[in-house]
Amino acid sequence: MTERPARRLLAVSAALAVAAGVLGLGAAQSAGRGRDDLSPKDLKRVAAVTKPATDFSKAEQYEAMSAGAATSLAAIDVNSFSHFSENITFEERETFKLGNALFQKLWVSSPSSTQASDGLGPLYNARACQSCHVRDGRGHPPEGADDATSMFLRLARAAKTPAEEAALKNFTAMSLPDPVYGRQLQDHAIPGLKAEGRVAIDYSEEPVTLAGGEVVTLRRPTYSVADLAFGALDPTTTLSPRITQPMHGLGLIEAIHPADILALADPDDADGDGISGKAAVAVDPATGRQALGRFGWKAQAASVRQQSAEAFAFDIGISTPDVPLPQGDCTAAETACMERPNGVQARLGDGEAPPPVMDLVTFYAENLAVPARRKASFPETLAGKRIFYETGCISCHHPKFVTRRDAANKAQAFQLIWPYSDFLLHDMGEGLADGQTVGVASGREWRTPPLWGIGLTKTVNGHTFFLHDGRARNLTEAILWHGGEGQAARDRFAALEKHDRDALLTFLESL
Amino acid sequence: MTTSFLRAAVFALAAATSSLAVGSAHAAADPAAIVKHYADIAHAKYSDALDAAKALDAAVDAFLAKPNDDTLKAAREAWLKSRVPYQQTEAYRFGNPIVDDWEGKVNAWPLDEGLIDYVDPSYGTESDENALFVGNVIANPKLEIGGKTIDATTITPEVLQELHEAGGVEANVATGYHAIEFLLWGQDLNGTGPGAGNRPASDYDTANCTNGNCDRRAAYLKAATSLLVSDLQDMVTTWAPDGEAAKTVTADPKAGITAMLTGMGSLSYGELAGERMKLGLLLHDPEEEHDCFSDNTHNSHYYDVMGIQTVYTGEYTRPDGTKMTGPSLHELVAEKDAALDKEMTEKLDASHAAFKALVDRAEGGEAYDQMIGEGNEAGNKVVQTAIDSLIDQTKTIERVIASLDLGKIELEGSDSLDNPNAVFQ
Repeated sequence: MTERPARRLLAVSAALAVAAGVLGLGAAQSAGRGRDDLSPKDLKRVAAVTKPATDFSKAEQYEAMSAGAATSLAAIDVNSFSHFSENITFEERETFKLGNALFQKLWVSSPSSTQASDGLGPLYNARACQSCHVRDGRGHPPEGADDATSMFLRLARAAKTPAEEAALKNFTAMSLPDPVYGRQLQDHAIPGLKAEGRVAIDYSEEPVTLAGGEVVTLRRPTYSVADLAFGALDPTTTLSPRITQPMHGLGLIEAIHPADILALADPDDADGDGISGKAAVAVDPATGRQALGRFGWKAQAASVRQQSAEAFAFDIGISTPDVPLPQGDCTAAETACMERPNGVQARLGDGEAPPPVMDLVTFYAENLAVPARRKASFPETLAGKRIFYETGCISCHHPKFVTRRDAANKAQAFQLIWPYSDFLLHDMGEGLADGQTVGVASGREWRTPPLWGIGLTKTVNGHTFFLHDGRARNLTEAILWHGGEGQAARDRFAALEKHDRDALLTFLESL
Repeated sequence: MTTSFLRAAVFALAAATSSLAVGSAHAAADPAAIVKHYADIAHAKYSDALDAAKALDAAVDAFLAKPNDDTLKAAREAWLKSRVPYQQTEAYRFGNPIVDDWEGKVNAWPLDEGLIDYVDPSYGTESDENALFVGNVIANPKLEIGGKTIDATTITPEVLQELHEAGGVEANVATGYHAIEFLLWGQDLNGTGPGAGNRPASDYDTANCTNGNCDRRAAYLKAATSLLVSDLQDMVTTWAPDGEAAKTVTADPKAGITAMLTGMGSLSYGELAGERMKLGLLLHDPEEEHDCFSDNTHNSHYYDVMGIQTVYTGEYTRPDGTKMTGPSLHELVAEKDAALDKEMTEKLDASHAAFKALVDRAEGGEAYDQMIGEGNEAGNKVVQTAIDSLIDQTKTIERVIASLDLGKIELEGSDSLDNPNAVFQ
């Protein structure tokens, strides 16, 4: 026990070294290296149980329970992403429900009688967490409707001074905001203020022919901003559209030991398989400390709490002790916005969302359950699973981990989980590039999103829009958009016979 | 799971035959009849809520025709009465998506009060001059909301609908019971001290107008009550025997029973015990209470709890004293497990008593916002006891759900060593 802190320190500094590209850990590094939380006996068991499958004649032991004992067995319906982890205590469920209440709470503009509920904006994308995280699931691009709730544009510009360049290099800034519009475009404003503008999308259709002659049409988006309220964007500002990601299993992802993620990194492709995989660096706004980034489309957040606090500040315009920005994403150039009253009540505590709010919302977000697999042992599913492995999908969509024994929440400790992600950054090619550098992520790099629960997107959210901007209208299109490091696997998929492609989709639907 | 539920239904049918044979007056529990009765009560409750809203609308007409303390008092009393049947419908909100999608129009909380009318500059802002920036509909014939310009030159129900829907999914809260409540009472400026909002009748007196724009304020109030009437009419229609909500819930009795129990459990634990009560205690915010302008929160909670009980017992007493009874969850559970039914009944009685204590305390002179005030140990305790009673009854509701075999994914079974459904430990 006494040696633990020292070893953990080592693991963290290794994380940062890898992220900076100084030290390359090969993809072939043995699993379990650096797992200071496990006994030698456990280490052996973990190594054995997380080995990739080799037998596709039957389902693997444990595989239907995607999140181990935390997996939800509730009936499949529109609420499938909204259940709490099966293994939290009855008392913790109260915390979960209070967090859920705050997650659904509509924040109102200041001043209002509900002093603990005001402070919205002044500029915002949504009034409640739930507005974009509809049923805790996946967002979508605007489809026919005139607003873009559940998708927004992240703004970033090029460095203009050596000081700015240095800030990006040492991660004191993950990206640089537009001088007028800030870090993201807010398409709503409280009464009396102008919204910053709205997302405009122009799609062009491009046919792709698959083996056997099936033609799939991909839609390629072009983004711009209409109705800019305060003049032009900076000429170097780029637009990065982001849809909301599903919320289930986040606490378990947080409980994956960094050593297990770093063991998969291969930033210089030392093993020559065409897949690199770069660990992201995030800076916790509350502590200023650097850590392994694992949440968000660019893995820019280290923890669920950080992701939540930043969403409060930039998406809703609610300040928290973690991100104390009562004016949200208003910039000095947006004077009317800066002058609006805010909702900070010294009596209630620091920030518009007073202290218990962040704890409750974080607990909620960490304990949304992953639904159990459906039909995991069916022959068609297993055939698809074999193809998933053989086409090389698992190079990035890493099947399984065992979470750390010393996880902060007991419910998340030592669970065998099946997220199908390595949580690393990969070059996804020019087609998907947003041209925006965020921390160590280049404009072509994205974090591998977990696939668990992906088959229930339609059931919960009524659509099948995938990828960071929802351009893919189904799983086939999503696969076909893979470029860069994913190009070879994508090409193998396109060359599969129709029934094999269908089997692969059946496997994905079973997740 | 489906099969065992069907088995239960078949068993129920067999029981019905035998009880008929012995001439028992007590009909056996038939899920289809239970959900039908559940829909019938919904129709009755929404009809009662509609009637009360019409009475409120008439009282507002009388008040606006002759704004004085007496007519204002009568309008406030009509509002308080209108909450009684409405709050009893809330157990229908959860489990019935048709109700949940509609509910925001009539009962959304918290309210964008600064969007509607003037607010006290001392309220919620660190700087007095900042309050001057607040644009409200009553004072501004044209204003920008959610990036769009709204023309409110004449305030009509249509304009309020447009306001409410400004920004698409991101509805501004400008309509419903609480908007009307704010217009009748005004802000409660007493904090955790005694007293409710105290808006003067002269806020609507065009001859001796206080706080400006009395004609527009009157138009807003009238538009809001008219809209409440038409919104409730939609619910009455959808719960009529051939309405969409009634058809949805009766189409599949198993799903209908699930909706009933989901409504009971979600309102008990997440919504009422959690969001509406515990959060107020935790945040030390007197105005996290639900009916904050009128200090009517105790009743609003009490009738919620009564509504939960009705879903289980199938018994509802209408405002005119008529009592509705019929096939109930209580009978279904009693057949399956008499001890569990007894436990459920006792828990529902216990929460009823705990909320009655809360009402008694409020009527004794300590309003709900005072009860949850910091340092009021006795008041806090009454509220916490009420919260605990709801949490306690939720445990039993979950046992009822389990006993009826309603939930859970059917995992493909395998007892072999390769069991994919096992959990690694």
